Amino acid sequence: MMMNRENDTIAAIATAPGRSGIGVIRISGSDALNIADGLIVSKKGKKLDILGQPSHTVKYGFFYDGNEIVDEVLVSVFKKPRSYTAEDTVEISCHGGSFVLRRVLSHIIKKGARAADPGEFTKRAFLNGRIDLTEAEAVMDVISSSNEFARKNAMTLLRGGLYKRISTLRERIIHETAFLEAALDDPEHYSLEGYSTDLREKVMEMITEIEELRSGSDTGRILKSGIKTAIVGKPNVGKSSILNLLTGEDRAIVTDIPGTTRDVLSSEIHIGGIPLILSDTAGIRNTKDMVEKIGVERSREAIEKADLVLFTVDSSSELSNEDTEIFDHIMSLRKNCIVLLNKTDLRNEQRKAFDFSCPVIDFSVPEEKGLEELKDTVGEMFLSGKIKADEEIYITNERQLMELSLSKECLELVKKSIDDNMTEDFFTSDLMDAYSHLGNVTGESTDEDLFDRIFSEFCMGK
Amino acid sequence: METLINDYDAAVIGAGHAGCEAGLALARLGIKTIVFTVSINSVALMPCNPNIGGSSKGHLVREIDALGGEMGKNIDKTFIQSKMLNSSKGPAVHSLRAQADKEDYSRSMRQVLEGQDNLTLKQAEITELLTENGEVKGVKTLTGMVYITKVVVLCTGVYLKARCLCGEAITNTGPNGLKAANSLSDSLIKAGVEIHRYKTGTPARLDGRTIDFSKMAPQYGDVPVVPFSFSTDPSTVQKEQVPCFLTYTNETTHEIIRGSLDRSPLFAGVIEGTGPRYCPSIEDKVVKFPDKERHQVFLEPEGLHTNEWYVDGMSSSMPEDVQLRMYRSVPGLENADIVRNAYAIEYDCFKGIQLKHSLEFKNVKGLFSGGQSNGSSGYEEAAAQGLIAGINAAMFIKGREPLIIDRSEGYIGVLIDDLVTKEGFEPYRMMTSRAEYRLLLRQDNADRRLRRKGYEVGLVSDEELAALEKKEKQIYSEIERLKGITVGAAGNISEFLLSVGSTPLATGATLEELIRRPELSYEKIAPIDPDRPKLSPDIIEQVDIEIKYKGYLERELKQVEHFKKLEKKRIPTDIDFTRIHGIRLEAQQKLNKFKPENIGQASRIQGISPADIQILSIFLDAKDRSRFEEQHS
Repeated sequence: MMMNRENDTIAAIATAPGRSGIGVIRISGSDALNIADGLIVSKKGKKLDILGQPSHTVKYGFFYDGNEIVDEVLVSVFKKPRSYTAEDTVEISCHGGSFVLRRVLSHIIKKGARAADPGEFTKRAFLNGRIDLTEAEAVMDVISSSNEFARKNAMTLLRGGLYKRISTLRERIIHETAFLEAALDDPEHYSLEGYSTDLREKVMEMITEIEELRSGSDTGRILKSGIKTAIVGKPNVGKSSILNLLTGEDRAIVTDIPGTTRDVLSSEIHIGGIPLILSDTAGIRNTKDMVEKIGVERSREAIEKADLVLFTVDSSSELSNEDTEIFDHIMSLRKNCIVLLNKTDLRNEQRKAFDFSCPVIDFSVPEEKGLEELKDTVGEMFLSGKIKADEEIYITNERQLMELSLSKECLELVKKSIDDNMTEDFFTSDLMDAYSHLGNVTGESTDEDLFDRIFSEFCMGK
Repeated sequence: METLINDYDAAVIGAGHAGCEAGLALARLGIKTIVFTVSINSVALMPCNPNIGGSSKGHLVREIDALGGEMGKNIDKTFIQSKMLNSSKGPAVHSLRAQADKEDYSRSMRQVLEGQDNLTLKQAEITELLTENGEVKGVKTLTGMVYITKVVVLCTGVYLKARCLCGEAITNTGPNGLKAANSLSDSLIKAGVEIHRYKTGTPARLDGRTIDFSKMAPQYGDVPVVPFSFSTDPSTVQKEQVPCFLTYTNETTHEIIRGSLDRSPLFAGVIEGTGPRYCPSIEDKVVKFPDKERHQVFLEPEGLHTNEWYVDGMSSSMPEDVQLRMYRSVPGLENADIVRNAYAIEYDCFKGIQLKHSLEFKNVKGLFSGGQSNGSSGYEEAAAQGLIAGINAAMFIKGREPLIIDRSEGYIGVLIDDLVTKEGFEPYRMMTSRAEYRLLLRQDNADRRLRRKGYEVGLVSDEELAALEKKEKQIYSEIERLKGITVGAAGNISEFLLSVGSTPLATGATLEELIRRPELSYEKIAPIDPDRPKLSPDIIEQVDIEIKYKGYLERELKQVEHFKKLEKKRIPTDIDFTRIHGIRLEAQQKLNKFKPENIGQASRIQGISPADIQILSIFLDAKDRSRFEEQHS
């Protein structure tokens, strides 16, 4: 569907992606104030009046997505024409890291804003006469580089399952369209008798497929199950305490006696919106104890199955051979790994510096230290495509999600046309719109595809 | 000794379907025109299929007619069967197709040309294009005459360095053994024209006396017949029609073909030109679709005064002995004799991207080109371009703005835009799916879309325009009338609705609203609309379509609005795209090569991304603003 892309309200994360503490979401356009109104509440849970907030003022509050508080924020209002884009603008400063930013943005889009194109704020600023000619070139640079970045990013994130599923879906759509068009072009050769009924069924399947792709993506994050994460380390380094901290409940029995945690306990948690499926493990060590041995085997298995390993060491004592052996095992399996230097509250300052070839985080359960850094690190590893859960399907990009929704809407229009008894020639344009929206998710163009299909799959002509 | 002739302002090279339209348009617009042909007996020759129109091509013929072209009128005079294809589908894909009496068609068109003021028809091969400083000066014939003209319109079809292939037999001739034009290509190359090589083909013609039609299914025309031309009185085209016949190939046919592929010039690599995928030879089909057990074969008469039958579906370049065996394996053709062999033909044509939308060459002033030589295929595609090239050559001479039909105004616009903005690699054929605004560009409303343009140009008469205005007035007032009549839930209305399979009304509704119901139509509600005026079928059709498809039509109109906006953003001709910061190198090169005239065109060039277009728009805005600021500082 063609939208009016020039006057609608757009939103995006306005700060560069990275691990900086603060990020800003900018909403610009005639609906910016309306959209932001109701999203921010005071400490007492009272809605902040954004519509009534004077221009160029800042208010303190909490971003509320209708269910829960997402982050502590500062809200700035800039009324037109005295804003960067010369349109009504709201800026929300968050400090929860990139995943909180994404959750906030995704909610704003749900409320009616459109995910901005690369460089679109600057483009609007330019078109509204806010910035001068010399800056125009800079705008073009921004667009061209972010476009390239977005393309690469899309490709990185669309590995495996999702890419295949979307391609298959596109394949099915264009096959149907090509058949339809072949039959319309050469009606004495291809009959469309009873075709509408068939197509309706196929379109319903496609709609379900897109719904599946979208499901669970409310935070703009993962679809289907989470990242399998194993917390490993030799006995008594504090794995269960970490698990308890992460899950916020007493799932594993915690004692000081080595080998206490014998069962592999699983638990799903969310770190900054990313679901991790955690399994606590019995300590890995060479033991003759039968019960413990099963636990160790299972731990080794847990490492093998994991997409992400949280390797825990006790920073209050020296690194032992046992630690090194486990770490080498993790590395030999080429697992994504984050090292948690636990018990920093008890750290012996004379200990040797640890040297690991992966992210290392100082961690303390009693002080709840390292939790934020862990969230950010997991987030960054995930965003960069480093963590790749097997069979995993994920969409990280608001624009991609929007395109998925649009393609679904188009297919629903096809269904409606069929139900309204429209003739077959009315189905094509919506089918092709659905096709091209899906193409926007995977970054593929549509130019001559249809004709290639018609000619290659259907025998035409004199 | 060269003789200079200064009697003409325009020279048209070729008198096929493009050349005829170009010559007539020029002459009718008051330009002294000479039309050259290699054979005076081949004016408006139909060397391939014996029909005009068909899916999407029927749209083109209607549009040619609306603009004041001749093709529609000529087929109305000479058809021997007529059929509206897809009549059970939506109005966007209805397409008129008429079987022509080929000789009649050709003779009748020749008479029109011969009777046209300002037009001279001349048999001569043009060997040279004369140019000076990138401007057309005239043409030179094989026999040494030089014609000094202001414009030259190339309508050379498939004749440039034509080569026909029938198995091992290869001749350097045009279609039907006609003389090829072997010198002009080189002269054009010298003038800066880029040329590539395409291929097409045609099936054999069989002797009707040796065909057993009883083994085939007859295919009849429509009653009543709808004429092509908006100016033709429908009562004049109701005549006796002849049937076509349907049969199929079979495994034996395919075996014969597979067993002889080594002798096919296509598969032996003798053919250099690129052929169209939509119109493959039978050997192509057998190879490409090995799972298909049979292919459809359509027997079409070549005319009323000949025994020849055209074998649609079985074009080929196989040697004659293979052809004979393969045709004879088809039910009904067991004893068939070949009158003319099937053959493939290769020819030189021009790369479309060298042309402006006016069909003038970008780098040679006054040189226009229309027809198959621009990389299209089909009589209708050729005629459409010939008409536009002819009109714009006349506009050029008169110093007037060229006539450009855009993609939202007609199939002609889609055709020309595709030819000049896309890098073609095979002969281009029109298809309804190529038109983005298919529901707006119907064959039934071509007059409402284009008549006025034809009138402004000067090819449509006052009477023809008046007829359109009267028709539109009737349409509007009938729709208004239907909107103004409300019927209620009264017993007789409910009874009527139930009787036609519809649901009774709960509250009042207008007749317009009732027509919008899928199961109803203007005709169907006649019993509850006793006071309706007597209207002709073409007006009823328009009323029905406008009411029934209102929502869809409005949606397309919105899209057209957006499209028009981009078409209006002009790109200065002197721009060097490689100097625009931020556009990808590949896109810069593409843009420099195609030199799009506006943002819309730029966005349709393959390999140009939306981001490139954004940058280009900003650059143009910035340029505009700096010009504005310079002027006002």
